[in-house]
Amino acid sequence: MTEPLIYDISVPGRCGVSLPGVDVPETPLPTELLRKELDLPEVSEMQVIRHFVHLSQFNHSIDKGFYPLGSCTMKYNPKINEDMARLPGFAHLHPLQDDEGAQGALALMFQLQTWLAEIAGFKAVSLAPAAGAQGEFAGILMIRKYHLDRGDTQRTKILIPNSAHGTNPATVTMAGFTAVELPSDENGDVDLQALKAVCDDTVAGMMITVPNTLGLFESHILEVVKTVHDCGGLMYMDGANMNALMGVVKPGELGFDVMHYNLHKTFSTPHGGGGPGSGPVGVGEKLVPYLPGPVVVMVEDGTDDEPPLYGLHMPEKSIGRLKAFHGNFGMHVRAYTYIRINGDEGIKDITRYAVLNANYLRVKLQDTYHIPYNRYCGHEFVLEGHFGDAPDIHALDISKRLMDYGIHPPTNYFPLIVPEALMIEPTETEDKQTLDAFVDAMKKIAAEARENPDLLKSAPHTTPVSRVDEVRAAKQLVLCCRPIPEWAG
Amino acid sequence: MSYVPHTDAERQQMLAAIGVTTIEDLFEAVPASHRFPSLNLPAPMSEIETAAELQALAEANEHAGDFAIFRGAGAYHHFIPAAVNHVLLRGEFYTAYTPYQPEVSQGTLQAIFEYQSMISTLTGMDAANASHYDGATSLAEAVTVALEATRRKRNKIILSPAIHPQYRAVVRTYHQGGNLKIVGDAGRADIPDLLDMVDENTAMLAVAYPNFFGQIDDFAGLAQKVHDAGALLVMVANPMALALFKTPGELGADIVVGEGQPLGIPMSFGGPYLGFFATREHYVRRIAGRVVGETVDQDGKRAYVMTLRPREQDIRREKATSNICTNQGLMALAACVYLSLMGKCGLRTVAELCYHKAHYAARQLDALDGFQVDMSKPFFNEFVVKCPQPVQAINDALIEKGIIGGYDLGQDYPHLRNHMLVAVTEMNRKEEIDALAAALKEAPEEIRS
Repeated sequence: MTEPLIYDISVPGRCGVSLPGVDVPETPLPTELLRKELDLPEVSEMQVIRHFVHLSQFNHSIDKGFYPLGSCTMKYNPKINEDMARLPGFAHLHPLQDDEGAQGALALMFQLQTWLAEIAGFKAVSLAPAAGAQGEFAGILMIRKYHLDRGDTQRTKILIPNSAHGTNPATVTMAGFTAVELPSDENGDVDLQALKAVCDDTVAGMMITVPNTLGLFESHILEVVKTVHDCGGLMYMDGANMNALMGVVKPGELGFDVMHYNLHKTFSTPHGGGGPGSGPVGVGEKLVPYLPGPVVVMVEDGTDDEPPLYGLHMPEKSIGRLKAFHGNFGMHVRAYTYIRINGDEGIKDITRYAVLNANYLRVKLQDTYHIPYNRYCGHEFVLEGHFGDAPDIHALDISKRLMDYGIHPPTNYFPLIVPEALMIEPTETEDKQTLDAFVDAMKKIAAEARENPDLLKSAPHTTPVSRVDEVRAAKQLVLCCRPIPEWAG
Repeated sequence: MSYVPHTDAERQQMLAAIGVTTIEDLFEAVPASHRFPSLNLPAPMSEIETAAELQALAEANEHAGDFAIFRGAGAYHHFIPAAVNHVLLRGEFYTAYTPYQPEVSQGTLQAIFEYQSMISTLTGMDAANASHYDGATSLAEAVTVALEATRRKRNKIILSPAIHPQYRAVVRTYHQGGNLKIVGDAGRADIPDLLDMVDENTAMLAVAYPNFFGQIDDFAGLAQKVHDAGALLVMVANPMALALFKTPGELGADIVVGEGQPLGIPMSFGGPYLGFFATREHYVRRIAGRVVGETVDQDGKRAYVMTLRPREQDIRREKATSNICTNQGLMALAACVYLSLMGKCGLRTVAELCYHKAHYAARQLDALDGFQVDMSKPFFNEFVVKCPQPVQAINDALIEKGIIGGYDLGQDYPHLRNHMLVAVTEMNRKEEIDALAAALKEAPEEIRS
């Protein structure tokens, strides 16, 4: 199944919109400054709709089926969120509207900051980061500035366990630090001896994912935090896995100094085929002045008759702006809606049932697949996608075969510390029937691996395309379907 | 309300399968001293009540649905055809994630490939990536590419002061951990002044097209001089202006970045937007972010896949030049659908409407006593007008008349106190422009007192 490119269905003279005429006296165009040609498709509105509807049908999505992509928290995205973000008072609000004229938006952001701070036990939150990776970057820049402001200039290292998210080491480099990798022990926890051995006055801090990418809660978390604090370092928590912690533990209370949230994971804002996300950062007392800006503050308290007055504010020692304007506001609206509807009990249930679902799958699959760190997991767990008696079968083959069962594969080959890793995160919104169907599919695939391995090697069989040639894509680089005319470039 | 589907009976069955009595038993690894803290959040609320609360918050804002708007400065109120939103609301698109598994993601992959193609043709570049967070972060990532392309042997970049002030601020945020020297934007440097700063330590020079003041600068000879010095020329472009004006490719740019919001994305109080990033083939393997390439499947059928993956953070780890992972995928889809609907003819028409209406508005305002429009350079859909009074006072009076006035340039440029940046788009009818002029003229006492 293929769909022509939109350019390939173009017919000269067609247009997909109707536009008004010029209602003012015209001004001559500066001919010498104009471009010669504009190479865009010429198609009708209906052609556009059919084209993109056809394309949409080539996608797997949460709305279509189970999506246990570990580390990504592919939970159901409530429809009300979309409607709220599209209310004209939000969608048509200019980012540079005077604060007085944006009180509704600012009140919403202020409330969201407050709720997020409460959920993770932090002093303050900035909604500025556009995605989780930008939240991480902001957190590490804050740690950097904190040390520099104290004249503590020899701290050049950030410690990262080998079970951390892939973005962490790149973040550290971007901020000008050196990443130092720490091994895990036999339980999947940070190796405490190795940690103690590297902790000295050159350590700026540590980035740790909790639960880690094995889905495991660090057994010695308080000791890890204390060890790093004792050498003068600060603790960064990657909050991508907050779906396992809400109402269970507050990272701020464990001693973490800074953490990012992923609104597109924990707080149900859609993943959009690769974004937009939103990655607010929460901080403890020490780092409040360094938050990325602007943040929303209450300028005047409310009275019985008047609501409070909110305003945008740049924290005094802020690391600065991370993007133009004030974060991905449309995502803030969706997350606010989600927290409001769930309320205190609903937020606790999210974590409780996310962890129940993951442990249920873990137990149901543990006799069929090898699970290297098999203890109570958080919201996800990692199993090995290979079998001793079917040596040609790899995690990739199992993943591709799952597609034939209408299921999106788990995250493959991550974390790196588990061979042939398949990282499975069901989320709380999946019902028992869906989980049981997944278990059945995984067991059938395990049987097929022995009885008919070619079925897996040649999978998927039911998708719009079969396995694609990634090597060719990288070697014969084709990134654009149009020729660049001589005059244009 | 809750989105958790479990019945009590199902929960019991699942707990029994795991071998525990309560869900709480699953959290034994969390230190008991910190386990199950209180959570001070409001009680759950129904969808009806929640929607009413959000509606009230939305209506508390002064927005372009209710007001005539002349504010731009990096975000613009353009027409968005209804079909754009209907495509974005396809659950198959917006509830999918990054297309790591190409066999079940061809929809997203082909749409990104089409988006990349359209951005390439719009900018006159060879290739574009799948997006950055916004125009500002695209510029910050362009700096990294320029530093890498000059092999980290050069550590100076030159930014025009006529680049959006917030974009320049973001470049500084991104590069505070390196030893980068950022020059050029402290004063009032024009293009020749910026060229004078180029030396053998310069990795790149960045200019805006049109600039922050809506003007088209004279770029004759610019690229040649920058290239002669071994540096890269980066242009921050408004994609709507590119429907009308020469491509940055034709002007010699090496990297073109900008804010894609004008292409079918609502203003939404500043985000989510779309950072576009396009470049020449020579630099393609150095760019950050996701890139989709064409290939074939095992049966030889055309297919798309994320390519050049080894550059990315999850594979290259601490050696990656950027940590970007999630980008603005759905916003790239919005731009792709928008550009498809508009097409060759429609986009040019919109750009011309902006041009004619902005020039009409400029003449109307320039004719008012005490107001003077800067006509020293050609402009697109935004212009600077010198006002007889502080811009804030004028805007406070305008809002009473149902008009959101222009941007107060004095906030960012001390020498432009009492100067307003006025944006006009195809959404501003003649009556609105006339009303703006009349409001400024009719209420002189009120405003000027």
